[in-house]
Amino acid sequence: MNEATEPTAEGLVLQRLRERFGDAVGTIKIWRHETTIVLATPDLVPVCLYLRDDSDLAFDFLSSVTGVDRWNLPDNSPRFEVVYHLYSIRFKRRLRLKVRVHEGEAVPSVTGVWESANWHEREVFDLFGVPFEGHPDLRRILMPDDWEGHPLRKDYPVQASPKWWEEEPA
Amino acid sequence: MTTARTMTLNMGPQHPSTHGVLRLVLELDGEMVVRCEPHIGYLHTGIEKGLESKRYQQGIPLTDRLDYLAPLSNNLVYVLAIEKALGIEVPERAQTIRVLMTELTRIKSHLVWLGTHAMDIGAMSVFLYCFRERERILDMYEAVSGQRMMSTYFRVGGLLADLPAGFEAQVQAFLADFPSRLAEYEALLTQNPLWRQRTVGIGTIRASDAIALGVSGPALRACGVAYDVRRANPYCGYERYQFDVPIGRVGDVYERYTVRIAEMRQSHRIALQALQRLTPGPINVVDPKLIPPPKKLLKTSMEALIHHFKLYCEGFNVPAGEVYQAIESPKGELGVYLVSDGTNRPHRVHYRAPSFVNLQALPRMAEGRLVADVIAVIGSLDIVLGEIDR
Repeated sequence: MNEATEPTAEGLVLQRLRERFGDAVGTIKIWRHETTIVLATPDLVPVCLYLRDDSDLAFDFLSSVTGVDRWNLPDNSPRFEVVYHLYSIRFKRRLRLKVRVHEGEAVPSVTGVWESANWHEREVFDLFGVPFEGHPDLRRILMPDDWEGHPLRKDYPVQASPKWWEEEPA
Repeated sequence: MTTARTMTLNMGPQHPSTHGVLRLVLELDGEMVVRCEPHIGYLHTGIEKGLESKRYQQGIPLTDRLDYLAPLSNNLVYVLAIEKALGIEVPERAQTIRVLMTELTRIKSHLVWLGTHAMDIGAMSVFLYCFRERERILDMYEAVSGQRMMSTYFRVGGLLADLPAGFEAQVQAFLADFPSRLAEYEALLTQNPLWRQRTVGIGTIRASDAIALGVSGPALRACGVAYDVRRANPYCGYERYQFDVPIGRVGDVYERYTVRIAEMRQSHRIALQALQRLTPGPINVVDPKLIPPPKKLLKTSMEALIHHFKLYCEGFNVPAGEVYQAIESPKGELGVYLVSDGTNRPHRVHYRAPSFVNLQALPRMAEGRLVADVIAVIGSLDIVLGEIDR
């Protein structure tokens, strides 16, 4: 495929980010030709705005936001990862951003950068219990409003007894 | 939330025009929609959680159940993500068959969309014609996999089995008929004044809004943005096929219709090229750790027996790491984010479901319009609740 051009494109993104944000741009991993940048939580929104608005980068399309629970992995502190998949329609480039948070710690919402983050962040909140600061409408999205627990956490059993199913006393 | 002037109407989750168990809370001022709020989750089945608890090969049948109108697209993106993490590429013939089957899947999915969308708006007969052609594609599914709907035909490292005898002729016969059938649907709708009144200028969305909302697939292309994953980031050798990416201009319900009709023509074109490219060859990678040995070897080769046993009892391990693989499903950008911890089960699988993201744009398209237009807009988004709720 077009892998030959990719390293330079990745290089451009990293170079720009380093120039603009210095060493605040965290760890960078490249695996299977995919770039992952781990950011500190406070840097998330400024970096996203920059990536969206810089005309040479133009990451205008947010593919998805999702979570990973590292509870049962060796490197499990902070426990949660929130993962952003960015795409530039003009340059046909993908980029993965990541922030890591402890349980209960909030992540700044990127709904102000990409509107589409709204439902994605609600889903992460619902299924992982990661709160998003500045989200306009942070509610559960897939599970019922009165559900207890967050199903995609690793300490949540695959077959859980649904408590909300029990009849309430009359 | 309801003022003296407005009324709240609960549409769904059991409403035939919401294409599944979608619930919309509409705030109405007379016939006018002031606010539209989708409520989802009625079909949440925990498929992502389920995939984490299953070995890689065992998970593939679960993925069929996401977008149940295009099961092979869900299979494809899952196996492509695993293959990317493994660092393998399947042989030429398998890639061509994957392209052929996913393009037929696109036609099949678009046929259900067209039939139901037209029926929602009141054109009953289109539905019958669309399902007549869809039936022939279901027969092809059955021929390759034994299953008409949930076929699970793609496997990590290749395919379940090679194409059966006579399959190419079956596809040829269908492809020979299909353009004339497509012309029949168009004769019923494209210039039909009633159809145009219900769709032209309805549910428009600007390209910039659509991009900000993450809309992909035909709904984005109808706004004039030529983003198609097959063209932008080719997989399965799509860069070797000749096809156009049809786009619209204003992004209304009518253009979403014309774009999908044009896409069916392109899928037909790609399927014909795929048939020409089909040359005999292996359909699986050569790796006994991934692909079960031929049945007849089990009785004569101890090694084959061990591989068979290990593969079905333990599966295979995927190197630790993370990948994101996107494909162009009939609904838009379908992506899988796969995190492997090095074991035989995925640590995390996330499906970036195009219907989920596209549905978020519904309020933008429906607010300020009539209730009847909401029906037309839902139909034009082509959502499947199976992949929205996962």
